[in-house]
Amino acid sequence: MKLEALQNGIPARIRSVDWSAIAPEEGKRLRALGIDEGAEIQISHRGIFGGKDPIALMIGRMTIAIRRVHAAAMMVDPL
Amino acid sequence: MNAPVSLRLRKAALVGNPNAGKSALFNALTGARQKIANYPGVTVERKAGRLMMPDGIPVELIDLPGSYSFDATSPDEEVTRALVHGEFEGEVQPDVMVVVLDAANLEQHLVFAQEVIELGRPTVVALNMVDLAQRDGLTLDPDALSEALGVPVIPTVAVRRKGLTELIAAIAVAEADFEAGQRVHPRPHLTLPERRLAARNIAKGAILSVSTTRRLHTGLDKVLLHPWLGPPILFALLFVIFQAVFAWATPFADALEGIAGWLSGLVVAIVPAGLVRDFLTEGVIAGVGSVVVFLPQIVILFAFILVMEATGYMARAAFIMDRMMAGVGLSGRSFIPLLSSFACAIPGIMATRSIADPKDRLTTILIAPLMTCSARLPVYGIVIAAVIPNTSVWGGIGLQGLVLFALYVAGIIGAMAVALILRRSVTAGQASGFIMELPRYQMPRLRDLAIGLWQRAWVFLRRAGTIIFAATVILWLLLTFPRAEPGESQLDVSIAGQVASGMHVVFEPVGFNREMTLALVPAMAAREVAVASLATTYAVDSENEAATENALRDQITARWSLPTALAFLAWFVFAPQCLSTIAVARRETNGWKWPVFMLAYLFALAYIFAGITFWSATALGL
Repeated sequence: MKLEALQNGIPARIRSVDWSAIAPEEGKRLRALGIDEGAEIQISHRGIFGGKDPIALMIGRMTIAIRRVHAAAMMVDPL
Repeated sequence: MNAPVSLRLRKAALVGNPNAGKSALFNALTGARQKIANYPGVTVERKAGRLMMPDGIPVELIDLPGSYSFDATSPDEEVTRALVHGEFEGEVQPDVMVVVLDAANLEQHLVFAQEVIELGRPTVVALNMVDLAQRDGLTLDPDALSEALGVPVIPTVAVRRKGLTELIAAIAVAEADFEAGQRVHPRPHLTLPERRLAARNIAKGAILSVSTTRRLHTGLDKVLLHPWLGPPILFALLFVIFQAVFAWATPFADALEGIAGWLSGLVVAIVPAGLVRDFLTEGVIAGVGSVVVFLPQIVILFAFILVMEATGYMARAAFIMDRMMAGVGLSGRSFIPLLSSFACAIPGIMATRSIADPKDRLTTILIAPLMTCSARLPVYGIVIAAVIPNTSVWGGIGLQGLVLFALYVAGIIGAMAVALILRRSVTAGQASGFIMELPRYQMPRLRDLAIGLWQRAWVFLRRAGTIIFAATVILWLLLTFPRAEPGESQLDVSIAGQVASGMHVVFEPVGFNREMTLALVPAMAAREVAVASLATTYAVDSENEAATENALRDQITARWSLPTALAFLAWFVFAPQCLSTIAVARRETNGWKWPVFMLAYLFALAYIFAGITFWSATALGL
């Protein structure tokens, strides 16, 4: 499933990332933060007032805010 | 030929991920002995301090911008990369690298740490914030970590000054190694996935036990990032800040005003009547004093901003604001520079360097001056106090505070509208993303806050002592000469008065009187000079001594109509009256094109909105 569709609080592993759908600089930044194929993540928060953007991802003990467009480019397997 | 060892300034650098607690460690190690400047050619802040070694020889310690990797994506990270590799022109490569790791985030922070250690220079690891890791239920083994990394690892708690002696001793040993010629032992280069795998294994090996302590962090985020509670909490906080700026500062401001009055009285008592006395009382004390009075408000505003940054709430605010910022083509990342711009546009514009996307960054720079900076507070403060009654509306909310809040809101709405237009015209481009770490919550340390506040207050006072002093003196001279004949008004005869009369033609349609027009000229140096200038003008213009002693506020109450005063406020919401901001914008955008554009559009908006305000207020019969 797409990361975008993952429910809050469900741990998952990133199976694949369509890097072509993400701006190169942003892809670099995501990888530097460890958001890459194989990473274990879970969504902790989503945007305000019921909006879907941005998304707060937990990876290890870090929390990273990303946009929905990034989440739409990632396929995940719930663990 | 090599310089003798003892004469060479030894240099160590703090490197690490953002939010590893580098700045707190830097403050703890160097105390107040810090030098803040810019790196040549770029506007990334260079923080350096002196670290005294056990042998009594100082080492220059530099605090490098936080980085996630040497594969730089922002100007900030590029400075770190170039400097660590010794490729930064005009900077000597540091002898020793001090890698700062967040003990609770080992797996993530070890990725960049390995990249630094790979360089093979003498390296020491500070395993920072071990207390917070413990709070999170993590027990770590520094020796295992040291063995795995092949460099010394020192557990530290920067904010409690724990482990500092040991860290300094380790840096001394590394420096000695460097002096002894053991300089570079490059290690095999790993790819990012390899480093990540290694980081995971090293972290696993160093973590002795993990207990499932409920983390404060997640509990707080549940409330503060709640989709419906989060935004009202943020807005309530911002409202409290602006009310506090007005209410809490009053007693301190009154005290400072009292001191200015007392000094003035003292001068009158000991200096014989004449030009020298006038210069001191009307020029120096009335001018500079009227600006220094706003120091308490500026300190309060900066205190809130520093606390928001130090606790980790600022990043949450960016998260909450991202949606709205996306609506005008920006991201939550722009929120932090824009919020800093409420204190001062200069640090705000400099903070845009953390925005990776160039179009985003340019847009943020162009709208930063619309955020109500602290230099406007003296202007708003005096005019509001003079013309808006000090009454309460809706049970307890001060009307004066409410008007101030409205002025802030006007600036924000203006900025958003301008961003929207810019993103569709001059800075059009692909909508940018938002990727940002939300650091863990932390109790800020009073000492770090005090150092930060002191640095900001000092910048403000230095401006009051230099730019504002000079502008006030020049204005006083222009107001005082040529001398008026008996029966003539000094203001009418003076050079400044004549210039203002000329300019007044332009500003009369928007309701400005001549003193206001006159105040705009020196206020190009800095907005708060407008207040100093009005104070000086009215002091010079007063016929008798009693009137001179009247506070500027009373003069404005007596001389300005409400529409005129409101038009003046509207002008200052937009007008780019700050040479330093223009200079910083020029440096940041590498040319005059964008600062000139900024000046033009802001002056146009200021004139239009002053006019609209004046005419609608007049039409409403205010």
